[in-house]
Amino acid sequence: MLKDQDRIFQNLYNDLGSDLTSAQKRGDWVNTKEITEKGRDWIINEMKDSQLRGRGGAGFPTGLKWSFAPKEVGSRPHYLVINGDESEPGTCKDRDILRFEPHKLIEGCLIASYAIQAHVCYIYIRGEYFVDGQKLQAAIDEAYEKKLIGKNAAGTGWDLDIYIHYGAGAYICGEETALLESIEGNKGQPRLKPPFPALIGLYGCPTIINNVETIAVVPTILRRGGKWFASLGREKNTGTKIFCISGNVNNPCNVEEEMNIPLKELIEVHAGGVIGGWDNLQAVIPGGSSMPLIPKEKCETLTMDFDSLVAEKSGLGTAGVVVINKDQDIIKCMARIARFYKHESCGQCTPCREGSGWMWRMLERMAKGEASKDEIEMLGDVTKQIEGHTICAFGEGSSWPVQGLLRHFKDEIKKRNNFDPIVKETQNIPYLVDQHLLDKNA
Amino acid sequence: MSLKRPAKDQPESFEFNSSSLEAANKIISKYPKGKQQSAVMALLYIAQKQNDNWIPLVAMKYIAKLLDMPYIKVYEVATFYSMFNLSPVGKYFIQVCTTTPCMIRGAGKLVEACKEKISENESELLPDKNCSWMEVECLGACVTAPMMQINDDYYEDLDKEKTLEILDKILKDEIPKPGSYRGRINNEPENGRKTLMELKNA
Repeated sequence: MLKDQDRIFQNLYNDLGSDLTSAQKRGDWVNTKEITEKGRDWIINEMKDSQLRGRGGAGFPTGLKWSFAPKEVGSRPHYLVINGDESEPGTCKDRDILRFEPHKLIEGCLIASYAIQAHVCYIYIRGEYFVDGQKLQAAIDEAYEKKLIGKNAAGTGWDLDIYIHYGAGAYICGEETALLESIEGNKGQPRLKPPFPALIGLYGCPTIINNVETIAVVPTILRRGGKWFASLGREKNTGTKIFCISGNVNNPCNVEEEMNIPLKELIEVHAGGVIGGWDNLQAVIPGGSSMPLIPKEKCETLTMDFDSLVAEKSGLGTAGVVVINKDQDIIKCMARIARFYKHESCGQCTPCREGSGWMWRMLERMAKGEASKDEIEMLGDVTKQIEGHTICAFGEGSSWPVQGLLRHFKDEIKKRNNFDPIVKETQNIPYLVDQHLLDKNA
Repeated sequence: MSLKRPAKDQPESFEFNSSSLEAANKIISKYPKGKQQSAVMALLYIAQKQNDNWIPLVAMKYIAKLLDMPYIKVYEVATFYSMFNLSPVGKYFIQVCTTTPCMIRGAGKLVEACKEKISENESELLPDKNCSWMEVECLGACVTAPMMQINDDYYEDLDKEKTLEILDKILKDEIPKPGSYRGRINNEPENGRKTLMELKNA
């Protein structure tokens, strides 16, 4: 288990208070000026050394992302945008940072803005977190008052304004370009990439977008050194991460742990074990709803980091661990996730708009045992038609959980949906045979 | 995609009152000159707050004029985002999360409670317009599932009994205490916390 002094979010459970004085006691804002005096290159190199990967789901190296910002500010200003549109089912880590560690985030904003030469930072918070956003706003006001941000922020000579922009209940706005569209006052429909936001982002200006957790760990990394952060976890999957363990466990909780922690330790030690005992475990969704589930057999030895989960054809995503025990109907659980994606599709690309509803309707019928056995293959086909054929990663996010279900629980679906379609291939009446059946034999 | 329709009965006119206008101007000033369109979501929130928690079409027209943007773009935004109510909702607007992490912790029971206490159908107003409920997608409090949101506040760690108690209070026009209903104030594990022990005992 990670040592307590190596935990970055000391106030994760609000034992100490979230106000500025308590935050300063924990070491926030102590030597911000000295950090920025070491220069932009030092900051970016230190971030590269720490091997910090973005905590929002995709796991892109943060130092590398910052280095994409133009070195000189041209005619267009630079922007920093913080993504706090946390809507992935199973994830509730950013909310605790907004409520209990707002000054880590604000200080991170200042350092990041300095490194990428931005004078304005927008923090995009999902509309439902209004109360938590107000807490962050109070912290921002406090920081303005103490001259930690604003003109000559914290004595660094850098001017920075931080504004909160509330979303309004659209999951897709967590996608970085949709988020930019949303800030610009449009529908949250993702843009094509390239051009990447680092060159053409908010209002057509160079923009760096980072997750709340990513930015909030920056000051601690720079204080304790990239080497320290890199010493935790393992190569390319370094540092600590807030895991959200929800679902059928005895003590669902948020906990900050080292990367590469065994999943079993996370569930048994921190979350008090699976309801009904470890043997009652059915499957685990390791990284928020868009990551494919992992069946019990693999949970025994699984370690939680980006690369080891990719090796299991899943992903760490946002590290929202949803534990599903044997009392639950796994097909129904996935059908509900499919309904979520059907509801949240922005409607821009046809494969996703139509396909997400298609997957949902098929899974609902499969849960009831009303689908024919051919439809199982067809469902797999639909997921393949969506994946990779959309502007943003929502297509993958909606089809991967279904693919995960098909990969690991096909027998369960087959058992329940075992009847033949009405038109049999053997009858050879071409105009009555479903076209997709013909294609398969061709 | 979710389907949203504006209400049939629409008011004739709408205008920000002075406090709304002040708040609106403050928000517009957050964005660069010429990019006032960015404030559209915030202004829709203000309109919604001023108009009993829903946005009439005239308010969208008003906002379009105020921000110097086409009405259809405001309409697009208002219909795209699920938190903008285009028809009247209750003074207490109850949103029950039923996405998978809540579902497997028993969100169905919360829906049952709402059906018993408020109305059989979603988004149906009580005769006194005090209360309405609907199912929503993930509200981002999965660790304290099942949960629901009443106006701005989260009510977490619920079960059917506690939900009924909360709804009883609301029907009596009292505001129950938000937060966890199993006694925890945040996302720490309930019994036997293993981390940050020194701080806990400090």
